[in-house]
Amino acid sequence: MLELQNVSYQVNDKSDKSNDKEILKNINLNINEHLVVITGPNGGGKSTLAKIIAGIIKPISGKIILDGEDITNMSITERANKGISFAFQQPVRFKGLTVIDMIRLSAGKDMTISEACDYLSEVGLCAKNYINREINASLSGGEMKRIEIAMVLARGTKFSIFDEPEAGIDLWSFQNLIQVFEKMYKTIKGSILIISHQERILNIADRIIVLADGQVTSEGSREEVMPNLIKSDIACPTLLDKII
Amino acid sequence: MDTIEKNLIAQVADIHKVPEGAYNIRSNGELAGRNTTANIDIVTKEDKPGIDIIVKPGTKNESVHIPVVLSMSGLKDMVYNDFYIGEGSDVTIVAGCGIHNCGIDTSEHDGVHTFYIKKDAKVKYIEKHYGEGDGTGKRILNPTTIINIEEGGYMEMDSVQIKGVDSTKRDTKAYLSDGATLVIHEKIMTHGLQTAETNFEVDLDGKSSSANVVSRSVAKENSKQVFNSKINGNNECNGHTECDAIIMDNASVSAIPQLTANNIDAALIHEAAIGKIAGEQLIKLMTLGLTEAEAEEQIVNGFLK
Repeated sequence: MLELQNVSYQVNDKSDKSNDKEILKNINLNINEHLVVITGPNGGGKSTLAKIIAGIIKPISGKIILDGEDITNMSITERANKGISFAFQQPVRFKGLTVIDMIRLSAGKDMTISEACDYLSEVGLCAKNYINREINASLSGGEMKRIEIAMVLARGTKFSIFDEPEAGIDLWSFQNLIQVFEKMYKTIKGSILIISHQERILNIADRIIVLADGQVTSEGSREEVMPNLIKSDIACPTLLDKII
Repeated sequence: MDTIEKNLIAQVADIHKVPEGAYNIRSNGELAGRNTTANIDIVTKEDKPGIDIIVKPGTKNESVHIPVVLSMSGLKDMVYNDFYIGEGSDVTIVAGCGIHNCGIDTSEHDGVHTFYIKKDAKVKYIEKHYGEGDGTGKRILNPTTIINIEEGGYMEMDSVQIKGVDSTKRDTKAYLSDGATLVIHEKIMTHGLQTAETNFEVDLDGKSSSANVVSRSVAKENSKQVFNSKINGNNECNGHTECDAIIMDNASVSAIPQLTANNIDAALIHEAAIGKIAGEQLIKLMTLGLTEAEAEEQIVNGFLK
């Protein structure tokens, strides 16, 4: 499905070269399973990797292959049309565009209100209250996240990326979110890539990839990765010293 | 009326056949059709060009359409229309001007609309401006609206100018008595070398009067927009003015809100925001498969919807 070959990314400091920071270091990955979860400490390069796959940022070296086709130099739009969807960690607000506008744009076709409502119901939103709401500051962070997920469902593409879908979603809705992914897992004819820190999401993964300091530090089935992950000490040693 | 004129009418008044209710159609400076009803009378002025629209007290759920079209290049048209809205009535008024100029001379329509809204009357006033034609002659529209609202009266004004008007200066002045309410929504899009100047001035003279003046605009290419909005709180009142603009290419937008409180119980707020389309908005729509140009179009259309 999706293959990353020697992908690297670096942020350059124009005034002081010694401040250049490598965000991703020679990443090699092959994603063929239904559901793969990337986890790891903050600042480890997870969101950067997702943006590189969606085409939002370009790697300084390496290749991205989707179903055998090199998409490294393709634009965001071309990749979207090849079947990549991306739910942002921080959804974007639009003055004037409504929820149904966004669902229709996602699906790439006109759609009846009842069809659009199905996608909203799936993410636990009472559709009739939301369908004509503007995607503006009147929606809460949690509502925006759910609409963002509904948009990916409406696209129904073969490769879907979710960047921390659980962030901002309340505890009561979290169970519902797991069900969304479980249902997607059963119906999808492709792969789902989720960036997450939640054990419940890690538990439904076919494969877990741990990304830390721009490198894959471990990967494998949840049985292989989870025990090490739970006992591993990725907290700052200085902080730990203070606590202890 | 020919196809060009019919199309202009459809653009500015959203009507495709003869409208229901009262109407007055002005075409190239002359009367092209009129209908009055039992409750709404339309009378031609004798001292100057224009009409008086007289709505009887208590008239409910009726409408008046008064479109103006100019299809002759080089015509300069000026009218004075007065609206007398009787006590306790509730009516919708659709005005608008469409210019088709395929010649080389300037076509211009200047209208002065004065509203006398009596006690507890309610008016929804929709005004659309539109220009077309591939001539080099300019299309100019300068509407002036003067609004007087008596005790407990209400007026909602939707003003839209989306396309094709080269130059516009829009002056709106309102005087509100006790308990009167005024809501204004303005939408403007300019492109090319167009200029648009809007001047709102609202006097909140009455106790518990309120005004909400909201403008949304998009300035493209080399166009220029100026938005002046003044609210004077002369009594215990609420006033709010907001200007939200998207700027593109080499355009220029000025937003100049001005609030004056002449009474300790006047509560006045202004908000103004001008900025380009956020990069993350374009990126989001591109991840849905839209090109950058399509994404831009969706954002602009949504913003002005």
